[in-house]
Amino acid sequence: MSEDTLTVSVWRGDGEKGSYVDYEVPRMESQTVLDVITYIQRRLDNSLSYRYACRVGMCGSCAMTINGKPRWTCRTHVSKVAPDGKLTVGPLRSMNVVKDLSVEMTEFFDKWARAEGKFHPTKTRNDDFEKVSPSDRKRKQASAGIECIGCGVCYSACDVVSWKSDYLGPAALNRAWTLVNDARDGGQKARLQAVAGDAGCHACHSQQGCVEGCPKHLNPTASIAGLKRAAAMAALKGDLK
Amino acid sequence: MSAPNDIQSRNVQTEARLWLAQRVSAMILGLAVVVHLGTIIVAVQGGLSAAEIVGRIGGNPLWTAFYAVFVLAIAVHAPIGLRSILNEMTALSPRRVDLLCFIAAAFLAVMGYRVVRDFYLIGGAA
Amino acid sequence: MSGQHRNHANYWAFIVHRVSGIALALFLPVHFQVLLLAVRKPESFDGFAAWAEAPMVKLAETALIVLLAAHLTGGLRLLAIEFLPWRDWQKSVVAITAGISLAAGLIYLLNVT
Repeated sequence: MSEDTLTVSVWRGDGEKGSYVDYEVPRMESQTVLDVITYIQRRLDNSLSYRYACRVGMCGSCAMTINGKPRWTCRTHVSKVAPDGKLTVGPLRSMNVVKDLSVEMTEFFDKWARAEGKFHPTKTRNDDFEKVSPSDRKRKQASAGIECIGCGVCYSACDVVSWKSDYLGPAALNRAWTLVNDARDGGQKARLQAVAGDAGCHACHSQQGCVEGCPKHLNPTASIAGLKRAAAMAALKGDLK
Repeated sequence: MSAPNDIQSRNVQTEARLWLAQRVSAMILGLAVVVHLGTIIVAVQGGLSAAEIVGRIGGNPLWTAFYAVFVLAIAVHAPIGLRSILNEMTALSPRRVDLLCFIAAAFLAVMGYRVVRDFYLIGGAA
Repeated sequence: MSGQHRNHANYWAFIVHRVSGIALALFLPVHFQVLLLAVRKPESFDGFAAWAEAPMVKLAETALIVLLAAHLTGGLRLLAIEFLPWRDWQKSVVAITAGISLAAGLIYLLNVT
């Protein structure tokens, strides 16, 4: 193979049936994996299914498995992952494959809801707004986790997610933690009830696949550790069921 | 898709308490094991005999108290750890796992208690 | 292909912690039984101790000490993750725990040979 071509193995099929198919793609400077997949779909095989949107590392739509690791394809330079001219791209792990590189994200977001990853307001428009100081410890803990855009990389990287179909996962639990630290939220008891237990925070063994993978450098392991502490406190007080 | 709680036949409050018990027993064992390892490494110099162990520890109220706490911490810590492993890596039902771990806890507690008691009763050290 | 994402320090730390935990849990009943011998049948214990002087046994004991130290240091690392404010030099901690474990084993080995 010449040095100006890449050999790319791409998963074609759904989760059950399919195989990796090789494509030869011309190598270009500053090429990203998204560029490569787009080239294949536009010039070589227009039956390839994949997702992207912003292509500049803001939306998280383009996450796929590259050489075994879940990453954003738009932010992965080919030169970093295919020094010998070979690359393997597949759909995100732990999610049902719709077709080729597109996965079903429904369960990922359902778990977000099951973890009470939604805000429960306590004030009305007639009340004064909650005064939260930026230097408040809990606010800082919340702020450390709120940049999550739900891309699914952490979920796909997590070993426990791959072993346990009902495990809520790092993204959902991270979001729950940001809300546990939100002084305005009125759903704290229900939230701790939802996130504790062996489908929740107690199933995490701090392997930190999520931390390794998160493209926004968030830390779900630390958030989950916070949930463990909060759940223990609530259990001691008899607040859980 | 499974509903959130159909796999858990035990409640979330218990899970949280078990987690805390395991971490607290871990902290106790952290200290106890360092002490234990240190004394073993010293005691093992020049070979080991029953008389030597009895001579160092037998009848001694401080060592007895130390090892009693040690045994209790182990009887709490190890079974809870095994519980995670059995739940995650075997197809045993949650109830079966809880039963096995409870038996393991009782087993370790009884065996450990017998050792601690026998060493205390035999006397021999100041 | 699917295993490549697992090649990071904290994953191996988890594996070591779990394997060492299982090994220790299996070892403990044997340990308690042998200690009971020291009190109830000292001659049997001394006989056992003599057998245990064999180099292979000493090596096995050293391995056990390494596993114990690994489980301990790995456990301290977990307690730090779960109870103390986050520190970013996590990976170094894994290396340090591995180092201490091996050191403990080595010290034991030197004291016993």
